[in-house]
Amino acid sequence: MKWSRRDVIKGLGGIPILGAVWWAGASNAVSKNRERTAILEQLNIQPSLPSAVKAISGDPVRVGIIGFGIRGEQLIRALGFATKEWLEEMRLAAEEDPNHSRLEDFMNQDKLNVKLTAVCDVYDVRADRVINSFSTEDNKVIRFRTHQEMIRSGKVDAVIIATPDHWHAPMAIDALENGIHAYVEKPMTHTVEETYRLKEVAEKSKASLMVGHQHRQTLSFQTAQDIVTKGVLGHISLVQTNTNRNDDNGAWNYHIEDEANPQTIDWDLFLGSAPKIPFNKNHFFRWRKWWVYGSGLSGDLLTHDYDRLNCVLQMGIPSSVMASGGIYTHNDGRNVPDVLQVNMEFPQFSTGSSQKKGKEKGMTFVYSATLGNGFNRPTILMGHDGTLELGNRITVWPDSSSTKYADQIESEKMKPSVPVYSYNPGASVPDAVSSATSQYFADKGLMWTYINGARVDSTFLHLREWLSSARNGGAVSCGINEGFEEAISAHMAGLSVKLGRRIKWDAAAQRIVPIEGINFDEVLLSGM
Amino acid sequence: MTETKGKWHLKHSVVFMRVLIGWHFLYEGVVKLYNPDWTSFGYLATAQGPFKPLFLMIAKEPIIGWADTLNWLALMFVGITLLLGIFEKKGALVGIILLALYYWAHPPFPWLMQVNVEGSYWFVNKNLIELAACMVIYQYPTGQYFGLKYLFNKKKEQTKTETL
Repeated sequence: MKWSRRDVIKGLGGIPILGAVWWAGASNAVSKNRERTAILEQLNIQPSLPSAVKAISGDPVRVGIIGFGIRGEQLIRALGFATKEWLEEMRLAAEEDPNHSRLEDFMNQDKLNVKLTAVCDVYDVRADRVINSFSTEDNKVIRFRTHQEMIRSGKVDAVIIATPDHWHAPMAIDALENGIHAYVEKPMTHTVEETYRLKEVAEKSKASLMVGHQHRQTLSFQTAQDIVTKGVLGHISLVQTNTNRNDDNGAWNYHIEDEANPQTIDWDLFLGSAPKIPFNKNHFFRWRKWWVYGSGLSGDLLTHDYDRLNCVLQMGIPSSVMASGGIYTHNDGRNVPDVLQVNMEFPQFSTGSSQKKGKEKGMTFVYSATLGNGFNRPTILMGHDGTLELGNRITVWPDSSSTKYADQIESEKMKPSVPVYSYNPGASVPDAVSSATSQYFADKGLMWTYINGARVDSTFLHLREWLSSARNGGAVSCGINEGFEEAISAHMAGLSVKLGRRIKWDAAAQRIVPIEGINFDEVLLSGM
Repeated sequence: MTETKGKWHLKHSVVFMRVLIGWHFLYEGVVKLYNPDWTSFGYLATAQGPFKPLFLMIAKEPIIGWADTLNWLALMFVGITLLLGIFEKKGALVGIILLALYYWAHPPFPWLMQVNVEGSYWFVNKNLIELAACMVIYQYPTGQYFGLKYLFNKKKEQTKTETL
């Protein structure tokens, strides 16, 4: 058998092409991986895993719910109790849309060792809903008229406070003074004075206090903390957070129920310390719109963003706050602003520096909110060396003028337009130098928050941590110190927007610097 | 004579096309093989069109691991067979199946949102065109002109001559 050159080319010509393509593909993939790994190693970011919580062993913790409104119902559901109405609604929703998985998520949620024993709600309809949905043969949910009665009844070990803001501190203080564990919704307090008082009480009490900032459980925030601590971003001089809402629900115009009337609502009890006014359904269901019961954007939504960042940066209480705003989008009788801009100053704050010592120090935290536009402005942390976008996902971009990454940017190993790090709790590996495609998928929010493959409600994790601490002792992730910082910062913003002045914090005295002739709490409770 | 010349040109064109498609498939396969973190999760999770539930099912654990492995294996099989000119009918068939899957995962239908595409398409996109090209290769194998098949044929021919 004779082989001519022609035979060899015709028969084996494909082999060198195959070799060349293989070599090109392999070396390309390997070198990209190597660059990726080198960057990841340099950044050395450790994606957070869910923290282990000691089991709630022994007898079930007996929990009482105070306030079964919108948030109260969500909290109780996170605790493992869903009303019949909600279950039916979700069943129908899932029937209509197979992708609607809230019922499935609820069913898959771990069961907590708790017993819902008591309810306290000034509105009969809501109290009855709790009793009808959650009473069982061997555990009848008892209704108490006041929180004092519930706390002293001997029927509860712990209470969840999901009332209007003006009731938060009085109830939390009463619970803690009586050794009852308390989970209190944000903002922790309604006035400055009660913030100081709650701190004193909580520090003395053996009972566990948790403030309802459930995002403390979000894994991405814990990862962001690692990123900042390791100096990936360099010196952060500006943090920008936002509220962007453009709907009635977002502007606190909640549904007003027909069954509500002076017979079904204990109006005097609802008012509590608030000025005595005649029965008003609008005030009852939409209390967030008036300073006497709520605290508008600064108490309801700024607190979320402030605490999110305080969780990542641990910046504490600002040395001063300036705020401005007005009622520009929902002029419907409310007296809390619906557009609000808050600047918090932290002149001593530092996240480390890659530049000459002493050149960089201090940071401004900006909260910008409107209830008249829903464009999704992200939360961003702006450092000399990089920018971090914070959400359920994290994306980090190097800065074009970074000192730390100057060499990599010069050699084009890093590009300012391409993220150097992106983190998805739902994806198996963190992705460095992500491609346009994976960035697109990340932006679509496709990578859900997963723990071991299951989508988990952070409120559930937050409640579990609180109950575990109640049973076993140990710190909580949003206790009195975090709550104190959150409440004081929010109150400083509320005071500033009303007074049109800079409000200062005296860190040594742990008090807001007094302004002569001004009673802060009177100002906080008054309208704009 | 004209017909023979036409066939000669066709033969070369198909060989050329076969090599390009093999090249493309092999490269896609090798790149995935050498990137341990590569996954089709994002591609599948964003699937649209009538077969969306099927693709979403594949995107779940543990199927996704198998799907990823099968994907690069199949890509490389197509690449190798088309480049070497052996079992090219089988290669073309696997290519057709792969391309059909890619096409249906993100079909370029006007009522669906086009996810991450670099051009403008209306029902027809490059996946579909490459699929059609694989059909041609399936129907018009060219391994006997350029490829390992050529050597086998030559061997057979010689054996035949020797027996005669």
